[in-house]
Parts: sequence; C-alpha cells; structure tokens
Amino acid sequence: MQRLTPFLWLLFSAGGTVAAFLYPVHVALLGLAIPLGLLSPAGFDAERALLGHPIARLYLFAFVSLPLFHWAHRFRYTLYDGLQVKHLTPLIVVLCYGSALAGTVACAWMLWSFPR
Amino acid sequence: MSQTAYHPRWHRKPMSVWWWLEKPAYARFVLREISSVFVALFAGLTLLHVQALREGPDGHARFVEWLRRPGVLALDAVILAFVLLHAFTWFHLAARAVALRFMGRRVPDGAIVAGNYAAFLVASAVVAFFLTRG
Repeated sequence: MQRLTPFLWLLFSAGGTVAAFLYPVHVALLGLAIPLGLLSPAGFDAERALLGHPIARLYLFAFVSLPLFHWAHRFRYTLYDGLQVKHLTPLIVVLCYGSALAGTVACAWMLWSFPR
Repeated sequence: MSQTAYHPRWHRKPMSVWWWLEKPAYARFVLREISSVFVALFAGLTLLHVQALREGPDGHARFVEWLRRPGVLALDAVILAFVLLHAFTWFHLAARAVALRFMGRRVPDGAIVAGNYAAFLVASAVVAFFLTRG
C-alpha cells in the first residue's frame, strides 16, 4: 500500500483535472439542458457513430475511470478525517479503490465490446 | 521500551465527529471533499448512458425518457452544483499546487487561474459541439 500511494495521488489529480474541465458541461447538457428540451441532442445514431471512433472510446474511458479513482482517494480521506474511523482503514481502502476498479473494468469491457 | 513507567500522559482534547460544522471554512472544506461523491455518481450515469447506446434505439429511448423524470432532473441539478464547486476549487488550488515558471520568473497565481478558466470554456465548447445538434 505504501508503495502504491504516490501512484494513487497521481490518479487523484488526473481524475480531478478531468472532472473539473469536462464534467460540468456533460452534466449541464446531458443531465439538464437536453432532457428539459432547451437543446437538441446529437441523437442515437450520431452518438453511436461517435463511439465507433477509437478516440471517442478512449476519451470516454478516461472520462469514467480517472474520476472514479479521484473519488476513491478523496472519499477515503474524507471518511478518515470526518468520521474518525481509522480502525476501518483496510475495509474503506478495499471498498473505495475496489469500486473504482470495478467501474473501470466495466467501462473497459463496455467500450471494448461496443457494437460497431 | 523507550519510556519509563512514569512517562507523562499527553493531554489531547477529544474532537467531536462534527468538528467540521464549527466553522464555515471547515464546512466548505468538507463540501469540497464531498463533491467527489457526485463526480463518481456522474461517472456511473455515464456508464448507464454507454449501456443504453449498446442496447440499441429502444434501450437508448428508455434512458432518454428516464433522464426526464423529475427525481433524476433534481439529482442532476445537485450533481451540477457539486461538479461546479469541484471545478472552481480545483482551478484555484492548481495555481497553488503548481509552481509554473516562464522565462525564469514564476507565473503569477492569477494567470494560472485565468488560464484554467479559459481552457475550461474551450473544452466545454468542444464537448457541446459533439453532444448537441447545433
């Protein structure tokens, strides 16, 4: 674990940067503006064609995976600071990074086997 | 054993679990940290979106319909508030974390923050171009 820590901090900052620059526009458009009918969506065919492109799949993989590790790392220390649960550290570590890893694997598989 | 049996016992004030409600600055810190939960939630929503695209036109239509439900819209509004909090705090922290040098001089924090906002606007415009039919 000690040897992994610098790598986990790297994933934390990479994911934080991805989330900071890209998440607000995705949430604002896909979560609010489009469902509320304020803007027209690209549509099923366009979105599927877009994901047919390897760069778009790579983008989406980084878009999902890195911020998951950002969450895992930040949330781990929030629990540690906020709830005083030092004795639960092994459990928290497994649950946080484990969830991020599970999401990463699921995302990789979904994009790898994306219908082309 | 580096202590004798007569080593003084340290006095430590016990901290409440609710220490972060004592000052607005502490609460802001915890809100910033909690923003990561909403970041992860949106990563999860993105996975649902990809899955809907994999399922074909019907699955995608069901997902689009689900996004219009009031509860989901409300959740997305909360997610947006938290990812914006994350973005703004991140842009300002980056200036302190990175000591950028140009022509032998340290780039002022304000310039790094302004650069972050500019890049944020450009990235948002590029993403909007792909996600909407303008």
